[in-house]
Amino acid sequence: MDFNDTPQEAAFRAEARAWIAANAPKHLEAELKRASFGSNGIASEDPLKAAKAWQKKKADAGWACLHWPKEYGGGARSAIERVIWGQEEGVYGALSGPFVIGHGMCGPTVMSWASEEHKRRLLPPLASGEEIWCQLFSEPAGGSDLAGLRTRAVKAEDGSGDWIINGQKIWTSGAQHSDWGLLITRTDPNVPKHKGLTMFFLSMKTPGVEVRPIKQANGKSEFNEVYFTDVRIPDSQRLGAVGQGWEVSLTTLMNERLSIGSGMSTGFPELFRLCMEMEIDGRAAVDDRAVRSKLAQFAVRQSGLKYTGMRAITALSKGETPGPENSIGKLVAGATMQELAMFALDLQGQSGVVWDETSPQNGRFQAMLMRSPATRIEGGSDEILRNIIAERVLGLPADVRVDKNVPFKDIPTSGRTKS
Amino acid sequence: MNLDFSDDQKALQDQVRRFLAARCTSAAVRAVAEGPQLFDRALYAGLAEMGVLGVAIPEAYGGLGLTHLELCLVAEELGRAIAPTPVASSIYLAAEFLLQAGTEAQKQAWLPKLAAGTAVGAFAFAEGQGETTPARIKTVARGGKLTGEKAAVLDGDVADVAIVAARTGEGDGPEAISLFLVDLAAEGVTREAVTTIDPTRSYARIAFKNAPAEPLGGAGEGWHIASQVLDRAAILMAFEQVGGADRALEMARDYALDRMAFGRPIGSFQAIKHMLADMYVSATLARSNCYYAAWALSAGAAELPVAAATARVSATQAFLHCAKNNIQVHGGMGFTWAFDCHLFYRRANALALALGSQSVWEDHLIARMRAGNAAEAA
Repeated sequence: MDFNDTPQEAAFRAEARAWIAANAPKHLEAELKRASFGSNGIASEDPLKAAKAWQKKKADAGWACLHWPKEYGGGARSAIERVIWGQEEGVYGALSGPFVIGHGMCGPTVMSWASEEHKRRLLPPLASGEEIWCQLFSEPAGGSDLAGLRTRAVKAEDGSGDWIINGQKIWTSGAQHSDWGLLITRTDPNVPKHKGLTMFFLSMKTPGVEVRPIKQANGKSEFNEVYFTDVRIPDSQRLGAVGQGWEVSLTTLMNERLSIGSGMSTGFPELFRLCMEMEIDGRAAVDDRAVRSKLAQFAVRQSGLKYTGMRAITALSKGETPGPENSIGKLVAGATMQELAMFALDLQGQSGVVWDETSPQNGRFQAMLMRSPATRIEGGSDEILRNIIAERVLGLPADVRVDKNVPFKDIPTSGRTKS
Repeated sequence: MNLDFSDDQKALQDQVRRFLAARCTSAAVRAVAEGPQLFDRALYAGLAEMGVLGVAIPEAYGGLGLTHLELCLVAEELGRAIAPTPVASSIYLAAEFLLQAGTEAQKQAWLPKLAAGTAVGAFAFAEGQGETTPARIKTVARGGKLTGEKAAVLDGDVADVAIVAARTGEGDGPEAISLFLVDLAAEGVTREAVTTIDPTRSYARIAFKNAPAEPLGGAGEGWHIASQVLDRAAILMAFEQVGGADRALEMARDYALDRMAFGRPIGSFQAIKHMLADMYVSATLARSNCYYAAWALSAGAAELPVAAATARVSATQAFLHCAKNNIQVHGGMGFTWAFDCHLFYRRANALALALGSQSVWEDHLIARMRAGNAAEAA
């Protein structure tokens, strides 16, 4: 057990720190400190432009996608070095938002399943932020039951080998500014649902692709609907075999949970600051014993997540693969964020209802309150994560699946009951 | 950075686990709970023989001279086995008090015996109901003699020696409190066994009437020393709690796989699966907090007070959560004397109180985080 850097780690940290000090966009620092849910806090310039500029600068100097091989635009660094980089990058890490899905999920999937030629074409601009990727998985009829998806891919009748896509995706983060998408489709409705899926990638500028922002419950629009109308994709853009889409998607989903779960913020430091600054009956809120008790309960969850992450990094650095136990990250962080936001508003009393610039910390807790329901659903709902822990970590039996071994076309759905 | 135990440390842990699996069976725990003996003397002697009681005690005082990291893993195994032995009182507390504040003569006199298991130590702290504060300590020390009464001292009836917190000054402040080393066989000491929620461990009220006592540490330093040692003991006990939580979770998982209802194993119902998943989450968070605290303890880090309170609050929560839901998963069978669920439920609740209750440690945690923040801001 040791929290100190090895000499090599210390050398890497010094190098990273010096480069960041010389190159980071310091004029954005104050704004980035206000980064909150779904926003990097930047108002003085185009936030996406600022994000892309920092990513490109990092890529040019070899600091982008540190753990990827160099030939794909990465830095060929170790897991530990990636963590050290994150610590040193600090607030500027909030500029990585638009790339999280591409770097964390689409990239690893392309790396595992695409041809060498495609990897060399697609991955470097993904690493450098010049091209943004989105993940076209969830559908109105396939969320937690992802394999229930209905977007069809059918071979073109002209003998070209191309695929024609028709259907609809939903909850696609960042589709509105994405260049590429990772798309899972149904190619065979006559076999059980997991067996009839096929994965593709496509340019989001392909004719027939239409992106419509969703107005969310919190009033923002991070997520989109994406419609496919007779969209033609060459067979060379298929990832994995026809019918192997489920297996390919698991690469993405496991990476999704790793990248979403690690280092997720719960809002605890901000709540602690609120309790230090806010007054109740002329005393700091933290002087109230009930407040301290509540704070302590949030504190141990926050630190438990932090050190669970460090244990995963330790395993990585020993060459072990972090397993499904990392599912706890998002499960704990999502629920904590929501409870914590409710507690922060409760402390504000009747004024907690106000969500404007007079609210403590510029309305951070009101924003958290309204964003947190999504955190408990996106990237695997709380219930799916509990199933994963129960089945894959604790070894409990899988759910009884009434749609198992039933051809997809015969499975009852909300709009199509069994006759 | 490395937040894991070494292979050698894990090998030691495995050895202790196998020893306890053979010697600290359910029957052995029940023999103490149901029988006249106050603790499992043969098991305690066996632990001493393996060297694990003195694992973190220097060789000069009869220990193995390893680190507190090894002791943390020993504690985890004792917690898993809900061992009916006075390790916490004698090693996490009494030996730590001697190591932190004892004179050379006091260390020589007691540490070899504690390491060998030939003597047992205890810490007599709380008086009456509620949080222990300097103001609530009424036991008085005057002219080398103690007078007063301590409430429910863990292992108070089996201990040979006790570290006793007593009043040497006026006022409600911490400077009024000093520590004393008391030979419990001496005249003026009377002990009375107490019935508790956890009959696998023994507790006693101890009354002192002009009992001879020698100072441990400087006059007026008692509260400060006790806080430091309680932090260290809290980390070790948190490992016991994590061990207990893991075992309770395993029991519930095994039962859920085995027990059939409605034509299916009950572990295939989401209501049960999700309950078990939540138990796993709290046990995992607690374990991670404990690993960090183990590092702080072994490195003597400045973060130790925050890390100790974090581990304690987290591990208490996890063991209580796993122990109560273990009964729930077992259904009616879990509420029978014959099933072991209640032994874990009892131990979880007893440990949650043993070094000060959960609300007290929650308070410590936030107070220390505030102090840390203030120091950072300065």
